[in-house]
Amino acid sequence: MNFDLSEEQTALQDSVGRFFQAELDQTRLLKIFDSDDGHDAQLWKALGDLGVLGLMIDERYGGTGLEMLDAAAVAEVLGYHAAPGPHLGQVLAALAIAQCDDDALKERWLPRLASGESIGTVALAEAGNAWQPNEWTLIKSSTLSGSKRNVLYAQHADIMVVGVAGGQLMLVEHPGESAEISELPGLDGTRRIDHVVFNDTPAVALNGSAGKLRDAACVLLAADAFGGARRCVDMAVDYALTREQFGQVIGAFQALKHQLANVAADIEPARGLYWYAAHAFDAVPEDAERMAALAKAHLAERFLNAAREATQAHGGIAYTWEYPLHVWLKRAVFDRMYLGETSVHRARVAQLSSWAEAS
Amino acid sequence: MDLSYGAEYEAFREEVRGFILANWSPAHARDTERVAAFRLQATEAGYLYRSIPRRFGGSEQPADVLRAQVIQEEFSRARAPMEVVGNGVRMLVPTLLECGAEWQKEKFVPPTVRGEVDWAQGYSEPGSGSDLASVRTRGELVGDEWVINGQKIWTSRAHLCRYMFALVRTEPEAPKHQGISYLLLDLDQPGVTIRPLKQVTGQSEFNEVFFDDARTPADWIVGQRGEGWQVSRSTLKHERTGIGNAETYLVQFSKLLGVARSATKNGRPAIEDPVVQDRLAEIEGYLQSHKYSTYRQLSMNLAGKDPGPVTTMNKLVVTNLGHQIAALAQDLIGDDSLLLPVYGRDRKVGNERWMNQFFGSLGVAIAGGTSNIQRNIIGERGYGLPRDNVVPGGKASPDRKGGDGS
Repeated sequence: MNFDLSEEQTALQDSVGRFFQAELDQTRLLKIFDSDDGHDAQLWKALGDLGVLGLMIDERYGGTGLEMLDAAAVAEVLGYHAAPGPHLGQVLAALAIAQCDDDALKERWLPRLASGESIGTVALAEAGNAWQPNEWTLIKSSTLSGSKRNVLYAQHADIMVVGVAGGQLMLVEHPGESAEISELPGLDGTRRIDHVVFNDTPAVALNGSAGKLRDAACVLLAADAFGGARRCVDMAVDYALTREQFGQVIGAFQALKHQLANVAADIEPARGLYWYAAHAFDAVPEDAERMAALAKAHLAERFLNAAREATQAHGGIAYTWEYPLHVWLKRAVFDRMYLGETSVHRARVAQLSSWAEAS
Repeated sequence: MDLSYGAEYEAFREEVRGFILANWSPAHARDTERVAAFRLQATEAGYLYRSIPRRFGGSEQPADVLRAQVIQEEFSRARAPMEVVGNGVRMLVPTLLECGAEWQKEKFVPPTVRGEVDWAQGYSEPGSGSDLASVRTRGELVGDEWVINGQKIWTSRAHLCRYMFALVRTEPEAPKHQGISYLLLDLDQPGVTIRPLKQVTGQSEFNEVFFDDARTPADWIVGQRGEGWQVSRSTLKHERTGIGNAETYLVQFSKLLGVARSATKNGRPAIEDPVVQDRLAEIEGYLQSHKYSTYRQLSMNLAGKDPGPVTTMNKLVVTNLGHQIAALAQDLIGDDSLLLPVYGRDRKVGNERWMNQFFGSLGVAIAGGTSNIQRNIIGERGYGLPRDNVVPGGKASPDRKGGDGS
């Protein structure tokens, strides 16, 4: 029994954490958050050089050839630092291409995705909160028509994996040239979303499981949420240890101490939940979908709760744009809503658990 | 990441399963003699009382967290009796093994682990709950006996116990924490009056215990005079870690699923109701989190690493779980929750038995350090927040270390 990250995984987390500590101070984070397109090319290139973008891409295509657990461990760090940019779509697009059997596509795109030279994204949601593969309606054909919402960084994307009817996937190369993309006024400045209208847009079929792509997204969002929630606790604790009122630091007051203890006890034990969901994705196929849904539902709720409580614990300063806690608050809303809200995933958990059948 | 226990432990698991299969049937659960005989066999086989030397009635096995885990999993799954439940085994025995005199271990440990004598825990007093070190029950050495006067409260099962281990103030001039001794005494004597308290459940599980010149031999002291506080620390530690076990709540959750299958909502099984499913999945999120959190803590302990603040949270986490399960169970059983559950093993009990779990969950939130004390511990030890203010002077001692009175 060794239910813990390996030394390599811990070292990976540490090195990515050190990178963000050095490269992404509050000023730069808020600058990117406030920028027109939420994408810092220099930071992006550095992430590619660090190997963060190609963790799950096979070594023969320039990646590191690691697994979901490694990617999720890194996603926790990204969440902790509210890393801005297109990496969620990048990792998912690469997964979709990696699981298809078109070697030419892999050779063309995976090395560029691993390095960050190209940007990939996934177009999943349709109008009416239709995020799940069985809700997609775009007709599978050599050209696509119809629209997708809430597509991560579509304006920057060189490739776009599109979910179509029947829970299948297609690939649009250079969507900027063949689809109409308009920016949505997104809440989370660290993960920008666009509206995409396809109009006889050329596309190729990608064989492989859309469900697996959805599971991957759930695990990565859960890991991001855990990291973000942890940051909210850390920020609130730091504040409680420095802010003084009535002649003492406010962390000495039981009301605040207990509030922070409740939030911490709400999230800290859930670290293993995303670990196991990631591990199941890699190695326990019969548990993978259920645990991904459970981890996404649980951790997204925990993150939003932690962000709310941290906001409350700070008082007025947290309600300003200048103090960066709102970045995590908005990220928490994103993690919770992207791919469908909590009740959707809890319903899936219930279904996948076969609870109705007598054991 | 390796969730398997490895070949050695899986072989051990088979051995444990085989042992249980050969020697235990759930039909024996109410037969006290068979339960006692099974415990002896299981101890002989090395499954129970693993940290207790053989000469004191244990099985004296090398410490092995994974074996202990496998044993617990298999015994729980088969609902086979494990070690005798009670303060004697859980708290006094480890304390005696750590701090007791040799004769004390010989005299008290074997009958305690065999379940022949049980112990009441004489800690809390009417004025000393969370602030336990303020106990006022006095002990004076008169000749070769301690003479004890005062009162204890919340003493679980004292009316059924032969003995008590108690925190008694023997050095009234010493600072708060240095004036306490850890005494053992026989409850069956004229100086002791036990008055059962009727609990919210209608049952009487705990008691008030009055000492009116109660007596105990001078050498029935564990550790030295004035060391009682330190001696008691190991037992409190045992109590706190003992409650943080995912297995108990996994079993409770599967029973909850059973109620959800048998109850109906809008003419359909409640388990098919979206609201019920949503609430079950919410609890499942906390439950699986705690399960993997215990795996992580176990793994890190094995590797000699510190799992961090999460170790301070286990009790609050399971308290919350029990509370959530109780809340949903009550909604599922509907107006059966208006019934007072009857006690006694032979009575027929319906859905209202979930009200026992409800009251039990409230008890868990108090026993062994209330949830608010747990929050202090999490904030102070887990996250370095300042300690609660302690009233200076008076009985408060300057060496006080934490809001939990440690």
